[in-house]
Amino acid sequence: MIESILEFLKLNYSHFLIEEEQRNSNIPHVFLKPEGIVPVLEALKTHEKYSLSYLNDLTAVDWLGKRKIRFEVLYLLRSPKNKHSQIQIRVPIDEGDSVPSIVSVFKGANWPEREVYDLFGIPFINHPNLERIVLPDNFVGYPLRKDYPLEGPGQDYLIQDLLQIHIQDDISKED
Amino acid sequence: MVMYEKTKAHFNEKFKNLPEGHLLVNLGPSHPATHGILQNVIQIDGERIVEAESVIGYVHRCFEKLGERYDYNQFLVCTDRMNYVSTPMNNIGWILTVEKMLQIEVPDRVTYVRMIISELSRIMDHIVCVGILGVDIGAFSGFLHLFHHRENIYQVLEKLTGARLTTTFCRVGGMERDIYPGFVEEIQLVCRELKPALEEFNNLLIRNRIFQDRTAGIGGISQEEALAYGYSGPNLRATGVDWDIRKDQPYMLYDKVDFDIPVGEDGSVLHRTLVRMEEIRQSIRIIEQLITNIPSGSYHADLPHIFLPEKDKVYNNMEELIYHFKIIMHGIKVPSGECYLATEAANGELGYTIISEGEKTPWRVHVRRPCFWYYQSFPDLVRGGLLADSVATMSSLNVIAGELDC
Repeated sequence: MIESILEFLKLNYSHFLIEEEQRNSNIPHVFLKPEGIVPVLEALKTHEKYSLSYLNDLTAVDWLGKRKIRFEVLYLLRSPKNKHSQIQIRVPIDEGDSVPSIVSVFKGANWPEREVYDLFGIPFINHPNLERIVLPDNFVGYPLRKDYPLEGPGQDYLIQDLLQIHIQDDISKED
Repeated sequence: MVMYEKTKAHFNEKFKNLPEGHLLVNLGPSHPATHGILQNVIQIDGERIVEAESVIGYVHRCFEKLGERYDYNQFLVCTDRMNYVSTPMNNIGWILTVEKMLQIEVPDRVTYVRMIISELSRIMDHIVCVGILGVDIGAFSGFLHLFHHRENIYQVLEKLTGARLTTTFCRVGGMERDIYPGFVEEIQLVCRELKPALEEFNNLLIRNRIFQDRTAGIGGISQEEALAYGYSGPNLRATGVDWDIRKDQPYMLYDKVDFDIPVGEDGSVLHRTLVRMEEIRQSIRIIEQLITNIPSGSYHADLPHIFLPEKDKVYNNMEELIYHFKIIMHGIKVPSGECYLATEAANGELGYTIISEGEKTPWRVHVRRPCFWYYQSFPDLVRGGLLADSVATMSSLNVIAGELDC
């Protein structure tokens, strides 16, 4: 299955493909340029034979100090038609780069993309509501980056700040 | 108060042009009708919901970051705290992923006990979901009837693992300890007592006219929408998609046991409840097939470099002492590579991604939590409905805050 999908992508979307060494993974995967993610996912979703119409998982990895390109966004697709075969699309991007949002293709990508933005600081272009999701809005830093210390860089005063700001806010309201 | 204020600026912006007569209601984060710390800001016109938005993250502990510091057996305690209603299933999902990366086989005895405990925790989870749904719409007695049987299961788990909630069940390569004498008989008794109780619950609550009126056709979602939102598990099956990882990509020994997958039709609150009720019966069926055939043998694989030796041997033998020291100090060496393994947890597809660079700890851990994917559709489910129905919709989705925020 993966061979024929690769063949299909090479035939139609060769300008989006990145030649990269296959990783030691139990899921077959292909590497894509960020600008190709929306058209390729759209094509794989609507393709009659592959019909990879279910977005299974969306996450990212920080390869700081391990690989040349720092981040990788991972899209796991599943095909309910073909005995639930899975394929992973990997989009390597450098720090500061952004990825087009796939919410227009898969509605369910909304929160996972926000989570990746929240924890890795990878922005998604054309996302309907790109805000922090699990962390407070005034949180500083991106915790899942490898250069972020486990206990946070002096985050202990942040909670104090939160309380301070809002208590003052409340008091001024009541006046 | 402080928690709500966190996002006040956002809501002020979003709902700044509130029409005359519309009201902004803050359902949660600690409202008694929400389970766990979940917040929904709802704009209502009289009793009708015009717009809703969910705010999550109140119990976020960033387990994925912790997973990069903990070794493979230590991360098990984090999985306890994700879906705290059916803990053993999270533990087993994680352990299976690590074992798949290590490419080790465990004895059949271990797999049998893991499957039995999995199904027991599925029953627990579904009992909580359907019971609490009743409580939320004003029927308390059904909840109490079934909770008695959930308590029986908890007592089995307590005897087996030493804990009720944070079970930390299983270890890489086996179980923490062997099953206790009388395990088989106790579980048979639990199943025997549960079956009539389910019928009783069915007559008491599900077939009740008021319950049917409150749930039929409420909070429904179409098949296409559900798939687009990444639904899985009972909530997806309630829309009519015949999809269960235990059947489609069998793990452990699910291809050897006989069971059916119930499906609903319109994905409404009633159908979700009915699917869960039938799944409890199917789980009992699976347990009954397994419980009398637990093979004899060891409770762990014979892998001294992975599985901790027994304590009395550690104190008396040199070899076991060395292995004990090696495992505690250096951890389990998982070969470098990547693995995604999905298991069918009570709420849906629970998938663990491990990326290993061959060190003591994983390079990256990611958990695909079923709640996180389907809870984002909540505004779509309740829009246009009554405020009171949104509470029923919320309970029937079975959103667990610990798993949602991870």
